[in-house]
Parts: sequence; structure tokens; C-alpha cells
Amino acid sequence: MLDAGWLWPILVSALKSVVLLVVLLIYTAYVLYAERKIWASVQLRRGPNVVGPWGLLQSFADLLKFVLKEPIIPAGANKGVFLLAPLVTAVLALSAWAVIPISSGWAIGNINVGVLYLFAISSLGVYGIIMAGWSSNSKYPFLAALRSAAQMVSYEVSIGFVIITVLLCAGSLNLTDIVNAQDTRLGIFGWYWLPLFPMFIIFFVSALAETNRPPFDLVEAESELVAGYAVEYSATPFLLFFLGEYIAILTMCAMTTVLFLGGWLSPIPFAPFTWIPGAIWFVLKVSFVVFMFAMVKAFVPRYRYDQLMRLGWKVFLPISLFMVVLVAGVLEATGWGVHH
Amino acid sequence: MYGDAIFFWVFSATLIVSALAVILARNPVHSVLFLILSFVAASGLFLLMGAEFLGMILIVVYVGAVAVLFLFVVMMLDVDFAELKQGFLQYLPIGALIALFVAFELGYVAVGWTRSTAAAAAASPAGAIANTTALGRVLYTQYFYFFQAAGMILLTAMIGAIVLTLRHRVGVKRQDISIQVARNPATAVEVRKVPSRVGI
Repeated sequence: MLDAGWLWPILVSALKSVVLLVVLLIYTAYVLYAERKIWASVQLRRGPNVVGPWGLLQSFADLLKFVLKEPIIPAGANKGVFLLAPLVTAVLALSAWAVIPISSGWAIGNINVGVLYLFAISSLGVYGIIMAGWSSNSKYPFLAALRSAAQMVSYEVSIGFVIITVLLCAGSLNLTDIVNAQDTRLGIFGWYWLPLFPMFIIFFVSALAETNRPPFDLVEAESELVAGYAVEYSATPFLLFFLGEYIAILTMCAMTTVLFLGGWLSPIPFAPFTWIPGAIWFVLKVSFVVFMFAMVKAFVPRYRYDQLMRLGWKVFLPISLFMVVLVAGVLEATGWGVHH
Repeated sequence: MYGDAIFFWVFSATLIVSALAVILARNPVHSVLFLILSFVAASGLFLLMGAEFLGMILIVVYVGAVAVLFLFVVMMLDVDFAELKQGFLQYLPIGALIALFVAFELGYVAVGWTRSTAAAAAASPAGAIANTTALGRVLYTQYFYFFQAAGMILLTAMIGAIVLTLRHRVGVKRQDISIQVARNPATAVEVRKVPSRVGI
């Protein structure tokens, strides 16, 4: 009989991935519910309150509805690419979670280039949208896809520079190391949001733009542009886009948590608080950033497209470039950044 | 070890099949999508060799930025396939010549290939220092001037692209954000008393 010991790591990884996937999907379902409740409260409505107690099962009812409806494929569409596009979006969004450390040592793949991996995955996300827009064989999705791709590519640039400033401070591309570098005696004041405060804001705003969230939701501004690149999609393919988009938002929230809010670390660095498991702190922090995302959608009116481009290229890019030079200079002059 | 082998075969098979599909696909957009798939597979192979930084940079730069622009251009172009095929025989000799030349080069490299100890030391998979750190140490010390030269070349290309596309046309209405933001009711709205049956 063959020695099957080599199979174990693969099986264990697969099992961990399934567990993470299930937890993530259930979390997403309740993030959706929570966001709708938050917007409802801001607008003095009740929000979903019919399906299940307090409407808690609303997301699952929506899921059933999406899955049971008939998927319609336009006659002139490029069928293969049309069906592949939502899959690309959803799979890429989910695969980003492979490297995110939920607690100390709780990452499926604790790789040395974790930040680069996340950056690469988020830059691939644009393909789902372009493929959908092109394969629908219709003007409106195509124009929406071009608009969206230009937006995502623009804001990736400033996200990249913001990440570089964090990397300079942490001295590593490994997400676990970045969190550990924020573990000081100062607790919440030792995390990178404070020393890199302008970058934290730029990252948050760019994350909104990168995930096509309001006020930058020009991709699918429902009131003006129908549903953007997803006009021709219905039923399960649309569900996959929707899911991919929300998972990408959660990934951005998790990235904000890891890079700026100390990942799984306790905000108050002494005894009773450090006993709470890191995973709980992590989920609380991610939920806080999700709450901020929801509040922005409730409060801020939509940007015009030229304002969006101006903000990305003429405001964020120069500021973040300058900050990279400044942070590198300060670290070099004071010797704070030397870890090796 | 079997795990590595399985992934190697999956990635290399994907790479070869998608590379073939790039030139065999009828639809140019499909060709570009296969090109992107082959980039991704190549980056998987880099990862298996322990060159994690190269693998990720290949995706970020080529797939995330260059191929998106490429895909844009191909999508926007209205390619006429009948016209494309007409020139096939005309361009066959020069195409075949280039193919032969590249094949000769590849063969030459493959025959003369020996394992370089210097390169193996620089790669140092799973060694004491991470791949990225090792690359950075060489790039910013030993090859600093080459690195700067590459940066200057890219900067020149960027300025060139801007100069070629930037046009100052007369009669185009432009918005000045600072003027827009500085507007207040006094400067934006003029209130007039309109007399009856006279108008403004």
C-alpha cells in the first residue's frame, strides 16, 4: 500500500477551508441583515422584520428566492464567459480569506507575502466585472464595466501606497507579523491607525471605492444607471455577483483590521481583556468597520464620476506618495523601522 | 512531495493548454482571457519553486494592470476576421522566421543550461531569510543603478504617454473644483423682483 502521509496536509487545509467558508457565508448573511437594519434605522423605517423572529431569517429567504428563480441568458450573449464571470467574482472574493489571520496562528495559509496575495486577489476582482460587461453583448453593461474597471484600477494605486507605508513600519509582508508588530504596551494607541492616521482614512475611502460602495457606487447606481454591469444577470448568477461583492467588502474590512486596527489583539493590553480569545476581538473589529461602511452608505450622497477620478488621482495619489517618502524617511532617521 | 507534484502538473498543463488556446481561439477577447489564465498558471509555478514574490508580482502587475488595459483595447476594437485572414499568407514567411529564431534560442538555452549555484543561493526557498527580503537586499545594493535606470525608463514612457494623449482644445468647458466649492448662495443665485406683465 502507498504511503498516504502526503495527503494529510492537503485534507486538513481543505477541511479548514470548508469550516471558514461556512462561517464566512453565515456571517455574510447576517452582515446583510445588519446593514439593512442600520439603513432602516437611519431612515426611520423598520427594515426586514417579517421572515423569522425580528426578520433574522431574511437573508436566507432571499437566498432561496435567488436560487429557485430561472436564470435568463440573453440570446446574443457569449454564453461561456457570461456564466464564468459571476463564478470568477465569487471564487476570487472567497479565496482572499485563505491568508487572513483570524487569530494568532489561525490563518489557513500563513504565507510570507500575505499582503501581496490580498492585493493581487483584489486586483483580479476587476475581471469578473469586465467579463460580465463584455459577454452580456449589450451597451449598458459594457459601458458600466469600463467605468467600473477604471474606478477599481485607479483606487488600487493609492491602496498600494497605503499598504507600503504599513509594510515599512512592520518590516514584513506577512499578515501575522504585521499584527504582531502592532502588539505594544500601548494597546489600542499602539496600532497603526494612530501613527498612520491620514493613511487609515485614505485606506478606508479607497476601500469604499475599490468595492464599489456608496458614495462611489457609480458602477450600479440603481437610480440612474439601472444595475451597471449586472443588468442582464438574474437568479443564481446574480446571487454570485452579489455574494462576491459582499465578501470583497468583508475582505477589505478584515484588511483594515489587520493593517490598522491590530487584528486579533485586545485594545486594552492587560489581564481580564487579554483572556478574551483573539478571534472574538477580530470579529468585533471587522463588524465595527462593516458598521462604518453601512453608515457611510446611509449618510453620504453619491459622488460624480469626474469627482471620483479627481479624488483618486489628484488627491489620494500625491498624499499617499508623499507619506511613503515621509514614513520611510522618519523610520530611517529614527531607526524605529529596523527589525532585521 | 506528491502534493507538490500534483500541483506542478495541474499548473503546467493549464499553462500549456491556455498558451495554445491564446493563438488558437477565434475570438480575440477569448485569446486575452486565455493569456490571463496562462499568467496565473505561470505564477502558480513560481510559487511552487519558492519564488513567492515573483509569483505575486506577476499577478499584480501583468494580470491586474497590463492585461486589463490589453483587454480594454481588444474589446473596443472592432476586429474584422475576414480581413485578418487575408493577410495570413503574406505574413507567414516573416512569422515563421521569428518562430524559428525563438525556437532556436529556447533550444540553445535548454542545451547549455546548468544549475547556477549563485542563483540558487539568491533564491533560498524556505531559508533563513524570506524571498522578498533577499530580493530587496540585492536589488537596492548590488543592482541599485540598474534599478534606478529601470525607474527612469518607466518614467520616460509615462511622460511620453501623457504628452501624446494630452490635448488642450479651445472652447472646452472645464470645472475648477475650488471655485465650485467656494460658491455660496450669494454668488450662486441671483434674486430678482419680476414685475408683472414685464418679465426680466
